[in-house]
This record gives sequence, structure tokens and C-alpha cells, in this order.
Amino acid sequence: MSGVRVLVGTRKGAFILTADGSRKDWTVTGPLFAGWEIYHLKGSPADPARLYASQTSGWFGQVIQRSNDGGTTWEPVGNKFAYEGATGTHQWYDGTQHPWEFKRVWHLEPSLTDPDTIFAGVEDAAMFRTTDGGQSWHELPGLRNHGKGHLWQPGAGGMGLHTILLDPKHPDRIFIAISAAGAFRTDDGGATWRPINRGLQSPHELPDKDAEVGHCVHRIAMHPSRPDVLFMQKHWDVMRSDNAGDSWHEVSGNLPSDFGFPIDVHAHEPETIYVVPIKSDSEHYPPEGKLRVYRSKSGGNEWEALTNGLPQRDCYVNVLRDAMAVDRLDRCGIYFGTTGGQVYASSDAGDSWTAIVRDLPAVLSVEVQTL
Amino acid sequence: MIRVVLPAHLRTLARVDGEVNLAVDGPITQRAVLDALEASYPALCGTIRDHVTYRRRPFVRYFACEQDLSHEVPDALLPEAVARGEEPFLVVGAMAGG
Repeated sequence: MSGVRVLVGTRKGAFILTADGSRKDWTVTGPLFAGWEIYHLKGSPADPARLYASQTSGWFGQVIQRSNDGGTTWEPVGNKFAYEGATGTHQWYDGTQHPWEFKRVWHLEPSLTDPDTIFAGVEDAAMFRTTDGGQSWHELPGLRNHGKGHLWQPGAGGMGLHTILLDPKHPDRIFIAISAAGAFRTDDGGATWRPINRGLQSPHELPDKDAEVGHCVHRIAMHPSRPDVLFMQKHWDVMRSDNAGDSWHEVSGNLPSDFGFPIDVHAHEPETIYVVPIKSDSEHYPPEGKLRVYRSKSGGNEWEALTNGLPQRDCYVNVLRDAMAVDRLDRCGIYFGTTGGQVYASSDAGDSWTAIVRDLPAVLSVEVQTL
Repeated sequence: MIRVVLPAHLRTLARVDGEVNLAVDGPITQRAVLDALEASYPALCGTIRDHVTYRRRPFVRYFACEQDLSHEVPDALLPEAVARGEEPFLVVGAMAGG
């Protein structure tokens, strides 16, 4: 492994940051797709030169871009995301029923084995898949039709399917998370799904705090060596499951706040996890104006603040749910982007941080390829 | 030939400079012009009109001959000057869009 390629989606374009294995000197390319919201870019694990990007705008809607050369050149591919069959309704902000309407692609998850197969999580929440490199997209309707879609409601940012985890040990198993419907799992490649929210509690957000669906799951993460162990950053609470989501328990422990968006797992230490606490559901900035990443080496409950190189005063940025990633170099690199336009990197698993760039547009997503 | 002016973002997406010139058969209507535009530049599908309903996207406007034609029915004839190629059909991103 010779280097890293960091893929950054922002409110006004995409940026690609590259460095060799030392991760000291960075080349910044961009903005690509200037002026558009780039919700997510990700590379194919099966072919690192194959990249996909979700390019969206309020004016012109959704475009999907594909690169076959690691981001040097791009071409638009298919952008038609049509729900299958009767779309039905879901809850709206005011509690009334609202028809499903496609708005944008939140997350692209390439297949682990095929560069032409990608899963797309969209708003209004649904799962789509392409098997022809993005030329055509088809909904996996079993998710919306599992029976309780009418109880799903939007989170503050919209009703987006924002997280897709592909189980490397069970090819037909996929975990997803929706704001604000909860987490779901399929064991048959997406034909059928079931909610996996037992143990989540939302006493201030749902009339039934233990409801089967309706919880605002912000992000889930897993280590590929242990796909049955999942970590979750919820709308309040950091949670853990040791049984593929069949049940969850809280591991917030000594965090200064258990509200936040991203969560990720060290590439080589499956029990080492990272979160970025923010003050509350209405104050989306770090407690006390100190930007701190928190790391637990015990899979939760015991957390330490990582601050070396991060601003510890007057810092009121946020880190969005898809804006943190890890590389697979030794030592594991951690990356995150902020709503203030900084992208921070650590080449020592979080012990110290530097800013790769400081003045990008608000960062929506960060992914990293280890090359 | 029908002249079409696209907003900057869509010119970039379609990889064109300046105006687009289209050969359009039959009556010159919004629908016919946009059908021809999307056939020539498939990357524009879904960016001006919804893929499924073909309704104009809310933050997109259609102008021509100093008129706003956004609320005309898609099969209404466009102004003669557009049909003769003397005036362009403009696709505009609404100011409210950002």
C-alpha cells in the first residue's frame, strides 16, 4: 500500500486529497462539479480506479458521476431513481401522511466484489441498486414495503437512507440506517428487510420510546472482521450490538455528550471506535467550543478525548454523519471534515491531528481509499 | 434550427459552450424542444424536467422573447421567433434556487 486518496464531498463541489504513505504532503484537486452539492463520493473496493459521486442541486436535481481513472476524468451515468410500484406515504414533519418523493442520493456503497454494482441510499428513504456501472438504477422495494413505512418520519435533514454496510462474511446481508426510521437488516440480498432497533430508546422523540421503528439513527459502523458487532451513533446515545443488530445496549459511558453524527472503527482494532460529540440536538457544535474526537479502545463506555492539533477554543463547527473515514495503513489514519470546511487527518490513529485543508465549503462526506 | 440557451451548470454537464442548436421536427413546443434536447444530450435528462412526470423542475424557468413561458402547457406552440430560430428558448435556473 503506497498512499491514500481522500474523497471529500462538500456543499459546493468535490475535492480529492492525495498523499503517499507518510500522509504528510498533500495534493488538493478540485473543486470538481463546482457549485453542486456533492453528498457522497466513494471508490469501489474491487477496482480502486472506479469512483462514484452523488451530485445534486435544488435547481437541477440528481446526477451520478462515475470515474474510471481514480478521479481524473468523470462522466455522468444514469440518474433516474423511480420508486417501484405504489409509492405510498410516510409521516411528514407535522405528523400527517406525505407521499414518497425522490429528492437526492445520500450515500453510495459499491459492492465489495463487483465495480459495476453499487447500492444507493436515497431521500425519501429507499434503497436502489445498479449492476451496470450506474447506467440504470432499480429500487429494492422490499425495504419500503416491509409494512411500517407509514411510520417513518424525516429527521431534521430529511428522510434519508444514509448508511449502507455490506457484510463481507455473509454476501446477502446488508445493514442500513435511515433518519428517522431506524436500522434495518436484510439477509436475502435486499428482497426482505426487518427492523433491528430493539434496545433503542427515544423517550423525547417518540410517543412509544421503545417503538419498533421511528428512531433517528445517525450512523452505524462495523469492522469487516466482525460484522456481527455494530456500533451506532443515535440521536442521543452511542449504542452497540453484538448480534448483528438483534439487540442494542448503550455504551455512551463518560462522553461529555452522547449526541453526535459520525462513528467509525479503527481499521485494525475492532474494539477501537471514534465519535465526535456535539452539544445537543439543537446546538450542533462541540461542547465548550472544543473540537474533540473521542476514542474508546474497549468498544464503548470508556472514552478518551483526542485533542492534539484540534482547536480547543472558539470552535463551533459540526461533523456530519458521512464525514469521517479511516484508512488501512499502519498506523491507521483517521480523517474527518467539518461544516467549517476543514479536513483533519491523523496518521497515528487519532493521537495527533493536522488540517489537510482549512477553507473548503462545508464538508458533507469524507471517504478514503488506501492505495 | 431551434436555439436553446442553457444555464452554466447544464452547459458544463452537457459539455457544450454557448447556445445549443437543435433540429426539431413537427410543431415547435416546449415538449418537442426538450425532447430533442434530452435526446441529443442524455446527461440532461431529469435536470430540467422530472424523469417520470416530465413536469418542469420547480426551480427551473423557461423564457423566450422576453416572456416567462414556465406556466404554459408543454404542448403549446412556442413563439414564432423561436420556431424560426430568430430568438432562443432559454432554460434558466430560478434566482430563488440559490
